[in-house]
Amino acid sequence: MSLPFINFVYVISAALFIFGLKMLSSPATARKGNLLSSLGMLIAIIITLMNAGLDYKWIFLGILIGSGIGAFVAIRVEMTSMPEMVALFNGFGGISSLLLAWTEYHQLAWAEHPHRELSVFISIVTFLSAFIGGVTFSGSMVAFGKLSGKITQKAVVFKGQHIMNAGILGTALVAATIFCITPASALGYVLFALILVVALGFGITSTIPIGGADMPVVISLLNSYSGIAACAAGFVISNNILIVAGALVGASGIILTNIMCKAMNRSLANVLFSGFGSTTAVQAGDGGPQGEVRPASAEDVYYILEAADSVAFVPGYGLAVAQAQHAVKELGDLLEANDTEVSYAIHPVAGRMPGHMNVLLAEANVPYDQLVEMDDINPRMDSVDVCVVIGANDVVNPAALDDESSPIYGMPIIETHRAKTVIVLKRSMNPGFAGIQNALFFAENARMYFGDAKASIQALVAEFKND
Amino acid sequence: MEPVYLTFVFVLAIFLGFELISKVPSTLHTPLMSGSNAISGITLIGAIASMESDNLTFAAVLGTAAVAFATINVVGGYMVTNRMLEMFKKKEKTEGDPR
Repeated sequence: MSLPFINFVYVISAALFIFGLKMLSSPATARKGNLLSSLGMLIAIIITLMNAGLDYKWIFLGILIGSGIGAFVAIRVEMTSMPEMVALFNGFGGISSLLLAWTEYHQLAWAEHPHRELSVFISIVTFLSAFIGGVTFSGSMVAFGKLSGKITQKAVVFKGQHIMNAGILGTALVAATIFCITPASALGYVLFALILVVALGFGITSTIPIGGADMPVVISLLNSYSGIAACAAGFVISNNILIVAGALVGASGIILTNIMCKAMNRSLANVLFSGFGSTTAVQAGDGGPQGEVRPASAEDVYYILEAADSVAFVPGYGLAVAQAQHAVKELGDLLEANDTEVSYAIHPVAGRMPGHMNVLLAEANVPYDQLVEMDDINPRMDSVDVCVVIGANDVVNPAALDDESSPIYGMPIIETHRAKTVIVLKRSMNPGFAGIQNALFFAENARMYFGDAKASIQALVAEFKND
Repeated sequence: MEPVYLTFVFVLAIFLGFELISKVPSTLHTPLMSGSNAISGITLIGAIASMESDNLTFAAVLGTAAVAFATINVVGGYMVTNRMLEMFKKKEKTEGDPR
C-alpha cells in the first residue's frame, strides 16, 4: 500500500472523528456519533496494518493484550467510578505517546540504517512527546489514586513545593537543550532517560497538591495533555492523523478545563498551585455562620414533598459515594405520579469530573430533559417549592454570593436558599471539601435530614408507598 | 513531511476542535471525555506504523507496549462511551410509572 493512498484514507478517518464529535452536540445523536468515530479509528487501524514490512507478531500481541484489558474495564466499570477510569485512560494515552517517541528515538539513534535523519526538529518533538506523555502518565496515576481513595484526597502541600517544581522543570529544560544538540550520542541517550525520570516525577509533584474536589479541573487538564502528547508523537513520526486527532482531544480538554475553572470562579493557576482545601480547612474551623439547625425525620420530609408542586433535586459527590442515583429516580417517579413537577439541577463541578452527575442520573434512567443546568434553574428558583440537596455542599453555599471573606466567594452556585423549602441530605454537620461552614444549613427555610443518602431516600420511598 | 506543513495541519485542527467541542452540552461532558480518551488512543496508528520488521529488539518491545496501552484506550474508550450514551434517553411515554 503506497503512502499517499494511506494518507488519503487517514483523511476519511479524520472526517469521521470530526463528524463523531459534531454529533455529540445532542444526546439524541451522540451514540451514532461515537460509532462513527470508532469506525474512523477502525479504518485507520486497518489501513495502517497494510503498510509494507511490519512486524505483525509484536503488533498483534500488543493489540490482543490491549483489547482484552480495555474491553474488560469498559464492561466492568461502575458509572460512579467513571472519573477514575477516565483518569486511568488519560494516563494510558500519555504513556503510549511516551513509548512511541522512545521507540522512534531508539530506532533513529541506534539502528545501523535508520530510515531518516534524527534532525533537531525531530529531537525537539521527541522531547515534547516523551515529557508531556510522562507527566500525563504519572499525574493521571496520582489522580486515579486520589479518586479511587487509594491515596489521600487531601491536598498534599509542603514547604518549598513550588521551588522544587520550578527546579524540576529547569532541569528538564536544560537536559532537553543538550539532548536536542547531540541526540544520537551516548550522552544524548542518558539525557533522554533523565528527561523520562524527571517527567514522571513532575507529574507526581504537580498533581499531589491538588485536592479531591478540584479533580474535575485536573482530569480535564490531563485529558488535554494526553491529546497534546499524541500530537507531539504525530510530529515525531510525521503522521497527520495523530496530529489531527491529538489536537481535537487537546482542544476538548482545554475547553473543559476552562469551563470547570469558571464554574469555581478560580484561575487555572490557583487550582494548580494553591493547595486549596488544605489551608482553608484550618482557618475556617471557628467563626463562620452559627445557629440552630432544624433536623427533620423521614416522615417530616415526606409531608413536605407530598404537598409540593415542584421539586428540584440538587445532587453532589455524596450521591455518587452513596450510589443513591437509582433510589433518587424512584423517588422522582413517585413524586411525578403525585403530580409534582420534578427536575434535577446540576452544578458544573458537582461530582469529580465534568458531567459526572448527568451520567449517574442517566444510568438511573432519568430522562435528560429533566436535567437542568445551574443557569436555567437559578432565575426561576423563587417558584420552586422544595429543593432536595443530596450530598452537595459548597455548590449550594450562599457564602459564595454574600461573604467576601469566604474562600469560595464569587463562585456561581445553585441558589437553593431562595426556594420555599430546602431539604439537605447529609451524613453529619461536617463542612464540605473547602472546609467552610454552610449558612444554608442554618437558614429559616432549611431542614436537615441526616443519614446515608441512599438509606434516607429509600426511607422516603417507603413512606410514599405506605401511603 | 515538512514541519511547516505539519504545524499548519495542527493549528487548523486546534481551531476546529474548539469550534466542535464548545457545542457539546454539559450533560454529555463525561462521554465526551471518555470518547476523547478513545481518540487519544490514535497513538496506536503511530505505534503500528513504527513496528517495522527490521527494528531493534528493544524498540520492538517498547513499540509493543505502546500498541498495548493505546489499544486499551481505543477499545475501552469507545466501548465505555457507547455504554454511557445508551443510557441517555428521552422522556418515555411510560414515565411516572415506578418500577
